[in-house]
Amino acid sequence: MRIELQKRANTSTLFSILSPLLALALTLVAGAIMFGLLGKSPLGSLYIYFVEPLLDVWSLHELAIKAAPLILIAVGLSICFRSNNWNIGAEGQFTIGAITGSILPVLNPEWHSPLILPLMLVMGMIGGALYAGIPALLKTRFNTNEILTSLMLVYIAQLFLDWLVRGPWRDPQGYNFPQTKSFQPEAVLPEILDSGRAHLGIVFAIIAAVALWFMMRFMLKGFQVSVLGQSERAGRFAGFSAKKMVWFSMLLSGALAGLAGISEVSGSIGHVQPVISPGYGFTAIIVAFLGRLNPLGIVASGFVLALTYLGGEAAQLSLSISDKVSRVFQGLILFFVLSCDTLIHYRIRLIVNPSAAQEGKS
Amino acid sequence: MFEAILLTVITASTPLVIAALGELVTERSGVLNLGLEGMMIMGAVAAFATAQLTGSAYLGILGGILGGGIFSLLFGVLTLTLVANQVATGLALTILGLGLSGQLGESFVGMPGIRLQPIVIPLLSDIPFFGRVLFSQDLIFYMSVALVFGISWFLFKSRTGLKMRAIGDNHGSAHALGINVVRTRYLAVLFGGACAGLAGAQLSLVYTPQWVENMTAGRGWIALALVVFASWRPLRVLAGGYLFGAVGIGQLHAQLLAQSGGIAIPSQLLSALPYVATIVVLIIISHNRRTTLINTPASLGKPFVPDR
Repeated sequence: MRIELQKRANTSTLFSILSPLLALALTLVAGAIMFGLLGKSPLGSLYIYFVEPLLDVWSLHELAIKAAPLILIAVGLSICFRSNNWNIGAEGQFTIGAITGSILPVLNPEWHSPLILPLMLVMGMIGGALYAGIPALLKTRFNTNEILTSLMLVYIAQLFLDWLVRGPWRDPQGYNFPQTKSFQPEAVLPEILDSGRAHLGIVFAIIAAVALWFMMRFMLKGFQVSVLGQSERAGRFAGFSAKKMVWFSMLLSGALAGLAGISEVSGSIGHVQPVISPGYGFTAIIVAFLGRLNPLGIVASGFVLALTYLGGEAAQLSLSISDKVSRVFQGLILFFVLSCDTLIHYRIRLIVNPSAAQEGKS
Repeated sequence: MFEAILLTVITASTPLVIAALGELVTERSGVLNLGLEGMMIMGAVAAFATAQLTGSAYLGILGGILGGGIFSLLFGVLTLTLVANQVATGLALTILGLGLSGQLGESFVGMPGIRLQPIVIPLLSDIPFFGRVLFSQDLIFYMSVALVFGISWFLFKSRTGLKMRAIGDNHGSAHALGINVVRTRYLAVLFGGACAGLAGAQLSLVYTPQWVENMTAGRGWIALALVVFASWRPLRVLAGGYLFGAVGIGQLHAQLLAQSGGIAIPSQLLSALPYVATIVVLIIISHNRRTTLINTPASLGKPFVPDR
């Protein structure tokens, strides 16, 4: 018995929609099995993990807080991945964006101006974009593989942040905790509703997603992204520059990751500390693929992955399982998405008897 | 003193060399497996767990190889049978590996590990200067040296190695010649996974004999860069691996020296050195577009569907 793939003449619209849902269903099945193996009731655990966090207002706000950076980063990454630029260092751009965005409130804690917040956001975006500009420069100038360089820069950014908050930026009145002073109220991203903590970050995320969806759908730039991504040669014949696309996609995704970083620090943490992200930059890669690299799909998948974080916390509290479970779920989702995507381009045939298949062909 | 430093450099370099060698074989067959970090960490946790449960470090090595190998099959099924994107699948493997190993290793955190004991080779280890350094090492070090020369021979002197390189350079032609592309690639992926698992086993049985979450700390990625650095040649992997290992150990010694000398070098700056070095090395190696093009297996990362 073997599996054989047959290329479809056209990509299947049915499976384009079904594949992410199928992947989620398979993840739930795998999750049930995993909970069973851990000695917990499979259905009860899934309920605690995936449903309970949606039932009260407080956790809905937490969901929006966690979805915001995931969506912001993932829509930027979707442009990179579509144009065949593999920026996997969004975690580093997120970190640098958080640092450059925090320069004003950390160094000028007494500056109470309404200008500070917009300036912080802009500086965060610039910082993230410049940091993503390093792998872009190395790729266009020195032909260096952007996967490896952008990833190495994640470690460097994290060490830089660690040094900052333990050294020059440490709050002298902070009882030796490695963190900066809390931001002044003017430097804190406002909450959107009175009912909870969710801040403007989620609004930025949705604006970015809609804008990039519009670009991909109706603008020449979006067309360039798809053409260069599918065939650099075809793009060259059309007069599109692959080098410029490297810069465009990397700077754009870096800026969005930087915006996510400063929004997270200013909106939900309120100061800078050694660890500011539970791996948003890496999880966003999963978000991008689960959303099928479509900015609007990414909004939906961003909430799904945000739920895996919340579910992990819930599982830790009510099931006394470690929150690493959420990482496992995230990895499983990506695996199943990638396998289900095969159905879009290929028909899968199970061949029980190889010789029979040969006859059928002739 | 000098001997001690040399010994630590060897211990730090061995996992890089082994992981990079496995990836080299995988990439020579035209498959880019970015899941090296994930397979390594799975090997590390599997090795530690096996050693703990059986009390034998040697069975731990076996556990590591199996852990990395079995985990790599997941990558094989997705990219070779289901023709999924190799870059994305590799990332998935890393994310899943880091999560799963954390989950599996939870109960081992803080446990004292079982160290793999060195095997002293009589006579040879009495040679002055380098005898003790090279000939009273643990089994995994000897395996790494054997792998370098074994893989060199396999790729460039054996018929199967030739076929494998042919697949990596042009899978269409290789398929037309009647070589089973998918099966060979499965074996190459499996071999890469087993090597990554062995490298992980070295980390949790020799380098720091205990289980720490995320203990690979980016070594899988550095090993990936090492393959590019070595332009897909096993002997250069050996040289490069020791260079990278020396940078890593050098920064540790610099930290100690700075501390004892009262010089205020931020430890984070020194910790960042291996990553900076990796980027610099990649720039030096890749900047000549033509030599890169000649050395890279031409089908690397491209999907293959047999058309019968």
